[in-house]
Amino acid sequence: MFKNLAALFRYRGLIQTLVVRDLKARYRGSVLGFFWSFFNPLLLLLIYSFVFTQVLVGAHDKEMEPYALFMFCGILPWTWFSSSVLESSNTLIAGGNLIKKVLFPAEVLPIVTVMANMVHFFFGLPVLVGFLIYYQRPVDPLELLWFPVIVLVQLTFTIGLALLLSALTVHFRDLKDLLGNMVQLWFFATPIIYPMLQAPANMRQWLNFNPMTHLMISYQEVLFFPGPHGHWKWLVALGFGSIAVFLFGYFVFDRLRDSFAEEV
Amino acid sequence: MTPAIAVVNVSKVYRRYQQKKQFATLKSAILSGTLIGDLKPDETFQALRGVSLSVPKGCTYGVIGRNGSGKSTLLKCVAGITRPTTGTVTVDGRISALIELGAGFHPEISGRENIFINGVMLGLTKKEIQYRFDEIVEFAEMQDFIDAPVKTYSSGMYMRLGFAVAVHVDPEVLLVDEVLAVGDQGFTHKCLDKFAEFRRRNKSILLVTHSLDLVEKFCDTAHWLDHGVSKGEGDPKRIVAAYIINVEDSEENELAKAEAARVAAAAKAVSTPDPVEGVEPKAESGESPAESGEGPAPAEPEGPKDGFKSDEGRWGTREIEITNVTISGPDGEAGHVFQSGDSIQVRMDVTSKDTITDFVFGLGLFNADNVCVYGTNTNLEEFRPTEINGVGSVTFTIDKLDLVEGTYRLDLAAHKADGYPYDYHRLLYTFRVKSRIRDVGIYRPDHSWSFSGGIKISSQ
Repeated sequence: MFKNLAALFRYRGLIQTLVVRDLKARYRGSVLGFFWSFFNPLLLLLIYSFVFTQVLVGAHDKEMEPYALFMFCGILPWTWFSSSVLESSNTLIAGGNLIKKVLFPAEVLPIVTVMANMVHFFFGLPVLVGFLIYYQRPVDPLELLWFPVIVLVQLTFTIGLALLLSALTVHFRDLKDLLGNMVQLWFFATPIIYPMLQAPANMRQWLNFNPMTHLMISYQEVLFFPGPHGHWKWLVALGFGSIAVFLFGYFVFDRLRDSFAEEV
Repeated sequence: MTPAIAVVNVSKVYRRYQQKKQFATLKSAILSGTLIGDLKPDETFQALRGVSLSVPKGCTYGVIGRNGSGKSTLLKCVAGITRPTTGTVTVDGRISALIELGAGFHPEISGRENIFINGVMLGLTKKEIQYRFDEIVEFAEMQDFIDAPVKTYSSGMYMRLGFAVAVHVDPEVLLVDEVLAVGDQGFTHKCLDKFAEFRRRNKSILLVTHSLDLVEKFCDTAHWLDHGVSKGEGDPKRIVAAYIINVEDSEENELAKAEAARVAAAAKAVSTPDPVEGVEPKAESGESPAESGEGPAPAEPEGPKDGFKSDEGRWGTREIEITNVTISGPDGEAGHVFQSGDSIQVRMDVTSKDTITDFVFGLGLFNADNVCVYGTNTNLEEFRPTEINGVGSVTFTIDKLDLVEGTYRLDLAAHKADGYPYDYHRLLYTFRVKSRIRDVGIYRPDHSWSFSGGIKISSQ
């Protein structure tokens, strides 16, 4: 396993090329092309702002204004996470030709999926910056140093999960359909469109078991809430947890690796 | 010197799972520990059984064998795509596998970008690809279309580009699985030239193919696999010859089996209802049995009723019965596969219970398209029957079987001069003609070529 893990580093050129290919291919043929990476989060934001400022007016505390910005801090990284998870479950089956016909390191496929979605996440960041400026919410530059750490933790966690799910889906195709609903449930079980403080006290301890909770709170603390990043202990703990998830995901993937060429 | 490819005692077992296994849940997998342990198959299929081979550096090595003999599995094991169940495979140097061409192409992006991506997948760096780019494009003959998205390519263009990238990876070991049929003659020659160049540069090629000519002309060593077992290795000419004999034998067996089944079915269909006198198949009214090629009506009462095609069967009163038919080749042994130019004999054993004075023996030869190649009978050739009684045999000899390659079927009959059938065997006997010459048509006239003047030509 660790030998294979070391080989992963050698594939960085391949991963990079495939991420670029994914990005190029995704918007090929559409008129707006790359702009969709900006428009999609923007449109999503408009929808949520409309719902929470016009329809569900009293649903949040006054000090949470601007609520749209608060939600955006969570939705943007969540989109990265959820599309990575959903796409990666199918990535080995879709790339079956490569696995069956070419000598190809299969683990590259889910990793590329996560990375490509990460690049989309980065494309969405200028929109976020635009909103921060628009609402005149200064961000403490020192706190901003935490941002790459949060991204790195999320990346490790997501890749681990993507490896696990992509390998399992080869054998249990039902996962693909199940995942859509699971991710939806996960979305509402994570403080994204509601702040952690607003969650009922007896639910809060349960939410703490959700790794995404701490990632989202970290994003919100750094980007939205004033004051120091008080959640960093959780984040560091989650960082170690993510490494464990990654190793576990890679372990299962490596176990099932030999069966891919036959089962895909 | 270490060999480029060393395959030692490799077996590969594919596992087949029952249908319900497909619906096994994640929960049950976790509970029964199959996720961490081993999945238990319901059935296994052994694709390779203890195959060993060694390809020295600079050697072109051909693997032949019938469908399902494990050739491609062997290639996948060597390529590292699947792992052998037991045994070891060691490969010295960079491998490029031409198993499926252009497998990594993305349809939406241009040929140019795909060359880079495919090259990276095959283990090149960007700089190396840049360096070889023009050569690849030129080799694939794609100069005009290189910037069009790959989805607009024809399948030929797609494969040519895939081939071009794969051979320009500059591998130490090239694995080729039946991919030479990707272009016109010119392109095929270019591929062969490329292979020859590999050879000169002391690279090794492992070639899996059904093209025996290619193996004979091109390979240094041939290896014959049959049902996952190695049947021989060595000089290509010798191995190919052994392989051809084996294929003919099994074709022979298949034809014999099919024929036995047909004759048995015809006999069974006939034995049930007693033939009704005076009701003849209308096609029988012709003089020659060959004329029945127009097709006897399925309505004949004695004819087979169930299941099989109207154009094949047996009918007649059996006053004279054809009890046995053998077709034999030049060695006198009964067979079903003959070489074009062989002499063959068709022998029918006949019995008649009473003395019969009006009888004709006939024979019709049909090709696979049901075209009558030849038909004759003893009446047409002006034999005058005197009498038949008891057991006898009729032998029809063709001195030189001048037929083109293909499968042929025989009508054999004993009937009255007016066509009234005693025993008519319609298309029940099959034999196959093999030929080294790939000529076409229904008949090969005795011929020769001669040249004079400014023509320089020689036979191979």
